[in-house]
Amino acid sequence: MINLRERDRIVPKAACIPIGEAEFPSPFYPGVEYAAPARGPWNIVHVGMLLPESHQIFVCAQGCLRGVVLTAAEMGASGRFSTIAVRENNVTDGDMEELIINGVRDVLSKLKKKPRAVLVFTSCIHHFTGCDLSYVYRKLRESFPDIDFTDCYMTPILRKTKISPDSKMRMQLYSLLRPCDVTADAVNFIGNITETLKDSEIVKLISSAGLEIRDICSCKSYDEYLKMAESRLNISYNPAAKQAGDELSRRLKKKHLYLPLSYDAEEIEASLNTLSNELQVPPMDLSEYKERAEKELKKTAELLSGTEIAIDYTATPRPLGLASLLLDNGFNVSSVYADSFTPEEKEVFFRLKEKHGELKIYATTDPKMPFSAGNNADILAIGQKAAYFTGTRHFVNLLEGGGLYGFAGICRLMELMREAYLEEKDTKSIIQVKGWGCCA
Amino acid sequence: MRQVCSILSTYTADVSGVCSALYEMGGMVIMHDASGCNSTYNTHDEPRWYDTPSMVYISALSEHEAILGDDEKLIKDVCHAAKELYPRFIAVAGTPIPMMMGTDFPSVAKEIEKRTGIPTFGFATNGMHSYLCGESMAFRAITERFCSTYAKSTEENSNPAPGSSKNISVNLLGVTPLDFSVTGNAESIKKLCNENDIKVQCCFSMGSSFDELMNCTDADVSWVLSSSGLSQAKYLEKEFNIPYIIGVPIGEIYTKRLFSDLKEAALTGKSRPFFHVREDAPQPDKCDKAAPSYITGEPVFAASLRNALEAERDIKGLRILTPLENLCDRDMLRSRDITEAEEDDFFRLYEDADLIFADPLFKPALSDSSHARFISIPHEACSGRIFRKDIPVLIGKGFKKLYIE
Repeated sequence: MINLRERDRIVPKAACIPIGEAEFPSPFYPGVEYAAPARGPWNIVHVGMLLPESHQIFVCAQGCLRGVVLTAAEMGASGRFSTIAVRENNVTDGDMEELIINGVRDVLSKLKKKPRAVLVFTSCIHHFTGCDLSYVYRKLRESFPDIDFTDCYMTPILRKTKISPDSKMRMQLYSLLRPCDVTADAVNFIGNITETLKDSEIVKLISSAGLEIRDICSCKSYDEYLKMAESRLNISYNPAAKQAGDELSRRLKKKHLYLPLSYDAEEIEASLNTLSNELQVPPMDLSEYKERAEKELKKTAELLSGTEIAIDYTATPRPLGLASLLLDNGFNVSSVYADSFTPEEKEVFFRLKEKHGELKIYATTDPKMPFSAGNNADILAIGQKAAYFTGTRHFVNLLEGGGLYGFAGICRLMELMREAYLEEKDTKSIIQVKGWGCCA
Repeated sequence: MRQVCSILSTYTADVSGVCSALYEMGGMVIMHDASGCNSTYNTHDEPRWYDTPSMVYISALSEHEAILGDDEKLIKDVCHAAKELYPRFIAVAGTPIPMMMGTDFPSVAKEIEKRTGIPTFGFATNGMHSYLCGESMAFRAITERFCSTYAKSTEENSNPAPGSSKNISVNLLGVTPLDFSVTGNAESIKKLCNENDIKVQCCFSMGSSFDELMNCTDADVSWVLSSSGLSQAKYLEKEFNIPYIIGVPIGEIYTKRLFSDLKEAALTGKSRPFFHVREDAPQPDKCDKAAPSYITGEPVFAASLRNALEAERDIKGLRILTPLENLCDRDMLRSRDITEAEEDDFFRLYEDADLIFADPLFKPALSDSSHARFISIPHEACSGRIFRKDIPVLIGKGFKKLYIE
C-alpha cells in the first residue's frame, strides 16, 4: 500500500516521442484519456445548428444531456434545443420507443413556432437496447407531416468504428435533401463548418465555370438548404465530410468529388485539375498562385526567423502535411500535437520520419498530459491545443483548416501566422469558448 | 410530460459529482465511459480544470469492449496509468453503458487494488442521478476507508468529552464548486468560522490538504453545507461521536442561529435538526392569500435561503421547488416544498408566483403573461460556467447585497 501521508507527488513527463521513433498511425498507448481545456472544436450540437429553422431534441441520460444542453445555452440557442431524459426504468421496462415518440410530441406541442426540421438525437443506450428507431420515426412523421425529421446520433461508443459520430453527424446533416433533377447551375461544398476562402483557386475555378457555390454554412433559411439538392456536384475536402459526400452522392445520384485540403503543391494541383475536368473547363494556370504562396512562405519564415512552431490536429486535418510544408520552407517546426494520424498522412509521416526525425510528436489525451502544460511564451502555435500545451499567447486560432484551401489558403495562413507572431492573444479566454465561430 | 424539458436545462449528474468531490485529494478518477462525460465535466462542471491539474480521465470504452463485457481492458488501462502517475487512490465511476453492461464496480476496484497496491473505489454511478448522489457516495467512501485508518493510527485523535473547554473545531462538509463555485463562498464560510472562534478542522473538499481531511475525526462538530455532506456527517456521528448541524450561513440572523446550534452541538455532543425560522403550516395557510414565491436550487441552500429571507426580509409563502433529490431528512423541507420537480411543474407553479429565486436558466419557464419577479442566483451545478461571474456570495452579511425589487 502507498503511504497516504506521502507529500511528494511524482510529476510525470509529457507523453512525447520524436517522429523518428514513432509508430504509424498511433504512437502512444491507447489507455485512459485526458481532455485538455481547449474547447474550440465543434461538437454535434454546433454542427446541427448549421441547419436553419431546425430544432434539436436529445434523448439520453442526464449525464449525457448536460454537455449538449449547456452547449446550446452557451451559444444562446436554448430555444432551438430540447431534451428527453432516459431513466433507469426506461432501460428495464423497454418503453424507449414510447418515451421518444411521446416526448417529441410533447416538446413540439410546447414550441411557440413549429420548426421546419427536427433533429432527434438518440444515444448509446438506444444502440444497445435495440430501440426500434424506424418505428419511432414513422410515427413521428405520421404525427407531424409538415415537419421533416431526421435521425441523428450521440453515440460516442462508436467513435472507434468505421463511421465516427462526427462523420455520421455530417452525413445526417444533409439527409433531409430530397432527390431531384439537376435544376441549378451550382455545386455544393459539403461537411464544412466555415465557408471556403473567397479568393481561393477552387472558388474562382467554380465561378469561372459559371456555377454558384452552395454551402450549408451560408444558408439563411431551410428553403435555401433544400435547394442544395438541385446542384449538379458535391465537393468535400474535409476527411470528416467524405462519407457525407459519398452518402449524398448515392442517395441524390449526383457526383461527389473528394478534393482533400492539402499543403502539398502537387496534390493541390491534382485536385484542381480533377475539378476542371469534371466542370469541363480548361485547367487553371496555377503558376501565379503558387509563386505568391512561395513568396508568402519566404516572407513569413524571415519574420519568424527560427521561432519554434507547434501544430495540433484540431487546426487542420493535415497537421503533418502542414509541418512538412513549413519545414521545407525554412520554418522551425518543433512539435506536432496529435494522438494518431489518418491514412491520408501516412506518406508524409514516413517522409518526416526520414527527413526530420527529431520532430516531436506529443499526445493530447495521454494521462500524463494534465501535468505538461508549459509556459513557453516564445513558441508560435497553430491550433488551440498546441496553444494550451505550450502555454503561448502567440497562436493561430484555426479549426479544421478554416476553409483555407489551396495556394491562396496557404497565403492566408501565412498572414495569420505573421499576425500571431506579432500580436499576443488572450489564450485562456479564447480557447475556452466552445465551438469557436458557431452561432445559432 | 415527465422527463421532458422543452426549454429548461439539466443539473449535472452523479459521475461529475464523484469527480468534483475527489478533485483536490490527489487521487485518480476514471469515468468509465466512451467519451463526452469528461469534456462535459471539465468544461461545465469544473472551474479548477484550466489552472489546477487533477487526474480525472475517461476510460474510452468502445463498442467492442461493451458488447464483450471486457473489464480487463479497463483494469489494464487504469493500472497502466496508475503506474505512471502514482495517485494516492483510484476511483472508477460508472455511466449509462456500464450500468447496462452490469459492470461490477466493487470487483473491478478490488482487482485494480490487488494489481497496483493502491486503494481503489468503485462507484456504481450511472449518469441518471444528480451530482449530489455522486458527491455523497464519494465523500462517504473516502471517510469510511481512510479516516478510520487515520483515527486509529493517531493517538491524540480521541475526541474530548462534550463540553470540554478547548476551542471548538468543525468539519465543513458537502462543499464543492458545483454548489459553492469559486467566487468566494467557501472562503467566506471559513472566515465566518474564524470570526466566531471556531477552528476549521477541514473542508470536504475545497482548499484542505489530504492530511487535513483525514484528521476530520478530531473535529468537535460537522457542518453539513449541502445535501451531499449528510451521509458523511452521519457516518462521523455514528463512528466517532461527532454531532452535526445542517444549513448554509446566509444572512446575519440565520448565521447567528447556526453558530449557536454549532456550539450547542459541540458542547452537548448531540446533532441539531435543521432549524426553521417559520413553522410549517400546511392547512390552513395564511400565506395562501398571497401568491407563493419559490426558491429553486440545492435543497440545503434553498431551505437556508428561505430562512434568511424570512428572518431578514419578512418574505412569506416561500416554497422550495427543485428538480434535485433531497438527500437530507424530510424535516428539512416543509409540506408544500417539491423536490424532483419536472419541467411541467415549473411552468404551472411559476405562472402564479410572486417571487422566484433561481438560476437564470429557469427563467424561460416564465410565460409571457407572468408577473413574477425573477431573482437570478446562478448555480454552477445548473448553468455551469455561463453566469459564474454573477454567482453571488450570500454568506453571512453578503446576503444584504441580494437585491429584490
